[in-house]
Amino acid sequence: MARLNANNLTVAQDILSRYPVPRSALIPLLHLAQEQDGYVAEDAMAHIAELVGVTPAEVMGTCSFYEMLKREPVGDYMVNICNGISCHLLGSSELIHHAEATLGVRPGGTTDDGKITLEAVECIAACTEAPCLQINYRYRNQVTTEDFDQLVEDLRDGTAGVAPHGQLAKVRQHIGDDRRAGVSPPDGQGEPAWMARNPSDNGDGS
Amino acid sequence: MSEQETVVNITVNGQPVEAQPGEWVIAAAERAGVYIPHFCYHPRMNSVGMCRMCIVDIDTGRGPALQPSCMVAVTEGMVVDTTSDQTRKAQDGVLEFLLLNHPLDCPVCDKGGECPLQDQTMAYGPGESRFVEEKRHFEKPIPVNDLVYLDRERCILCDRCTRFADEVAGDPLITFQDRGDQTQVNTFPDLPFSSYFSGNTVQICPVGALTAVPYRFKARPWDLTEVESTYPNPMGDRVVVQASRDQVLRYQGVDSDAVNWGWLTDKDRFSFEAAASDLRLQTPLLRGTPLGRPDPGGSELVETTWRQALSQAADAIKGAIACNGPQSVAVLGGARLTNEDQYVWARLAKGVIGTDNVDAQLDDGLPADAVLGLPRATINRACTPGGTVILLAPDPKEEQGTLYLRLRHAVVNDGVQLIEITPRSTGLSHLAAHRLHHRPGEAAAVATALVGGDIDPGPDGDIGGAPAADVAAAATALADRADQPITVILGRPSLAESADFTLDAAAELARFANLLNAGGRPGIAFLPALHRGNVLGALDMGLAPGLLPGRTTLADGGSALAESWGSVPSAPGQDARGILKAAAEGRIDVLILLGADPLGDYPNAEQAEEALNRVGTIIASDLFLNPSAARAHIVFPAAGFAERRGTHTNLEGRITSQRQIITPPGTARADWAIATELARQLGADFGFGSPEDVWEEIARVAPSHRNLSSQAIEAADDGVVVADSSIEFAPPDAPTSAPHIDAYSLRLVSARRMYDRGTLVQHAGSLAGLAPTAVLSVNPYDFDRVGVEPGTDVQVISHVGEMDMPVVADPGVPRGTAAFGYNYPDLDVRDLVDPEAAVTDLRIQTR
Ligand code: SF4
Ligand code: FES
Ligand code: FES
Repeated sequence: MARLNANNLTVAQDILSRYPVPRSALIPLLHLAQEQDGYVAEDAMAHIAELVGVTPAEVMGTCSFYEMLKREPVGDYMVNICNGISCHLLGSSELIHHAEATLGVRPGGTTDDGKITLEAVECIAACTEAPCLQINYRYRNQVTTEDFDQLVEDLRDGTAGVAPHGQLAKVRQHIGDDRRAGVSPPDGQGEPAWMARNPSDNGDGS
Repeated sequence: MSEQETVVNITVNGQPVEAQPGEWVIAAAERAGVYIPHFCYHPRMNSVGMCRMCIVDIDTGRGPALQPSCMVAVTEGMVVDTTSDQTRKAQDGVLEFLLLNHPLDCPVCDKGGECPLQDQTMAYGPGESRFVEEKRHFEKPIPVNDLVYLDRERCILCDRCTRFADEVAGDPLITFQDRGDQTQVNTFPDLPFSSYFSGNTVQICPVGALTAVPYRFKARPWDLTEVESTYPNPMGDRVVVQASRDQVLRYQGVDSDAVNWGWLTDKDRFSFEAAASDLRLQTPLLRGTPLGRPDPGGSELVETTWRQALSQAADAIKGAIACNGPQSVAVLGGARLTNEDQYVWARLAKGVIGTDNVDAQLDDGLPADAVLGLPRATINRACTPGGTVILLAPDPKEEQGTLYLRLRHAVVNDGVQLIEITPRSTGLSHLAAHRLHHRPGEAAAVATALVGGDIDPGPDGDIGGAPAADVAAAATALADRADQPITVILGRPSLAESADFTLDAAAELARFANLLNAGGRPGIAFLPALHRGNVLGALDMGLAPGLLPGRTTLADGGSALAESWGSVPSAPGQDARGILKAAAEGRIDVLILLGADPLGDYPNAEQAEEALNRVGTIIASDLFLNPSAARAHIVFPAAGFAERRGTHTNLEGRITSQRQIITPPGTARADWAIATELARQLGADFGFGSPEDVWEEIARVAPSHRNLSSQAIEAADDGVVVADSSIEFAPPDAPTSAPHIDAYSLRLVSARRMYDRGTLVQHAGSLAGLAPTAVLSVNPYDFDRVGVEPGTDVQVISHVGEMDMPVVADPGVPRGTAAFGYNYPDLDVRDLVDPEAAVTDLRIQTR
């Protein structure tokens, strides 16, 4: 889809200002792009590259490392059913089969209405609650097939109380000007060498 | 410093080895003659420990343990065993792992026969694989750019190409993607690895994953013969030339410590295609009738014999001397030649014909005294850790690619501070400590202020267009490091302005150099950044007005040389500008073009045209029938690089040898032989039978080169730097000042791009398409003022011409300035530039 829109560009500037070196903002900006479009579009990667001063190939290198940064459109809700050992022993395979049958997609696929993307994942570290799953990375524990059907219904109705894919939190982090992190050099010393080196081009032709 | 701090004693395979502090074990072992197999380690890049092939037993007092020798620095008393059973087993295991996914397609792989993976598997690896599962599959080769293909199945993920792109070239356009079990090297979709240096990744890839389009499937390594040589560019990059069946098929960079560190630009690396072009001249040509009969008044060029071509040339020269004196003969060009070729042509022109109207440069460089008359730097001096480099030259990334790589390394890794005095940003700007981007024609003010001179800032608080505060900061930074070497890279930053501006700026720096160098400090030295092949050799060999071979002038060295040559011209002659002006006025009867193409290259195209029209006889010695050679009356086919032996001089004055590996096409001859033969026809017997004979004479008569034997040049790894010079820098008497610019105009900067309309690029099939099309670049803030939209086609008007072209926003161009390439294949900037004016101002309007 797209580059960051005007609103998100403002947010991006705010995020950038939290870091002494722009490229440190790369991953937060990838999240922002995913929040905007539900996935990280190529145009967005190119835009982020411009913002943090690296090449698009470097953004791709980082982005493609993270499974949770999607580079293709996905449904509004990622349903990740755990297929780790504990969950498997407690019936997650049946749950996955059930999901495949009721949603009509294989793991990795998205339902025709664009609502749900199904994934089978490795242990999500909630073994005591097996079998479990995540919707947009929010846990549902000890899920039965009935629970699952209800969940799908709620997701389609929009009553499940889960934010669409990409949104990390309900409240956006904001850091007041007076509390910006930034790195201040230790007393009596200049900037650390790694900051002073490679000053980025200020781009105004001066 | 105590002994312990400068030497670290280690033991490698039972032998004591003296290592340098901080040295990697693999490097120390290598110096001691013990080879440790490796894939990812490369001495010119940071270690990353990706492949684990280099693990050996290292004992630092706690018992032997397997450690990657490319990541472990030597420590006192370390014991290294590269042959232990444990090491062998580890190497065997690493290779088995590396081969899990590597296809066994060696019989159809270009690297087969010179593949480190193949070799090391033979030497250290398991005989067979226990892996029965399916290997990883990727689409077979994908282009990463127009010149390089990538086969991801063969890639062993050593990170060499990606590190090169990032660390060395500074173009990180290929990266590891999908890290995990699908890790692969790739570009961003639809954004190719468009780097001037991409061919180097092919050379350093330890497997056949990266292949170069011009070489793919052309030859097998065991069918190639090779010689080490020097690429004919001003850097004098060291190369290996590889050929098969009398055809050059590949150049590979050679790691010369002093020069190119093994790197080459793509333009140079793939230029061998041009040498093999069908359009190469094969036989001498003469004017003749369409029926192929020689006839001086004819309209065609027809094939002829050497005897006839030479005797006609000699007759024309004799006739000119008889009618109008030796001054009516002029020689242009010669930068393409070897030192020996240049010397013989110089002796022919100055000693036999008696004309001093000789110039190897086409008014697009700097006068010889600025090159030979200033203290000369070496590349290594410029790159001395902690030193300062002042860039008063065109963008090295576009013109001297490997110099750019060396400087980039020095700035990024060795704390060299870079101060730019340039009319626009360069490929190094983002690394520069101080960017003093001035208005065209105002470099001298910036230079003066930089070295502490008093310059009043203009009403806008700027000096020559650069903010006064920035200039002051740079001046302080320069003064702070004045006890470290300061090197000025001196060239012609823009061809749309008079060279005098650069000379004025150089004069300021030279004055400062005199002050500084007197104080017993390393002081300032200059590295001339000229553009053409062996132009530095041409100046050394006297192919410039007033100069004689060996960096001396007619006045100083004339009488000494006259003893061996018989005579030398009595008074200095004209430079290219004067020669072409005289020719246009009908005062030149014979014009000899040594690979020069004034129609294509000389800044004043109109005058070049008139000149060629009026000259009675044009004699060209060239590889191709370029536009000017096509107008010649007599054409000699010349031997090119790799087709003849000789020596080359680089911008440091470093002399290295060039060797022959193939025969010239048709009956083409080396220029020294052509000039010797022509001299014989004119009654002078030079007695040269080989380039060595010529060199022997150079070493006898050229003062700066005296007693420098061919053997000494051959024997030295990095050649020999000639430092002597008796030439004095003579800056212009009065500084030139740039006229005031009106509020609606933009002042033009025009410099070369790497891929251009030049003969070499256009005749190399793989390179020709890479030349960019013409655009005018303007600072984003200037669009409102001049009233046009970025990205649109506009009309550009100067007081001599106008043309239509697209205009783009480029923050690297200072406000008030417009940048346009000098050598685009489609639009010729010379239609806009008034070569007589000091600067060129443009107005832009919507079409
Ligand atoms: S393509 Fe070659 S150089 Fe690049 S990572 Fe793979 S094996 Fe190494
Ligand atoms: S196995 Fe499912 S959460 Fe661990
Ligand atoms: S060479 Fe040492 S790990 Fe690759």
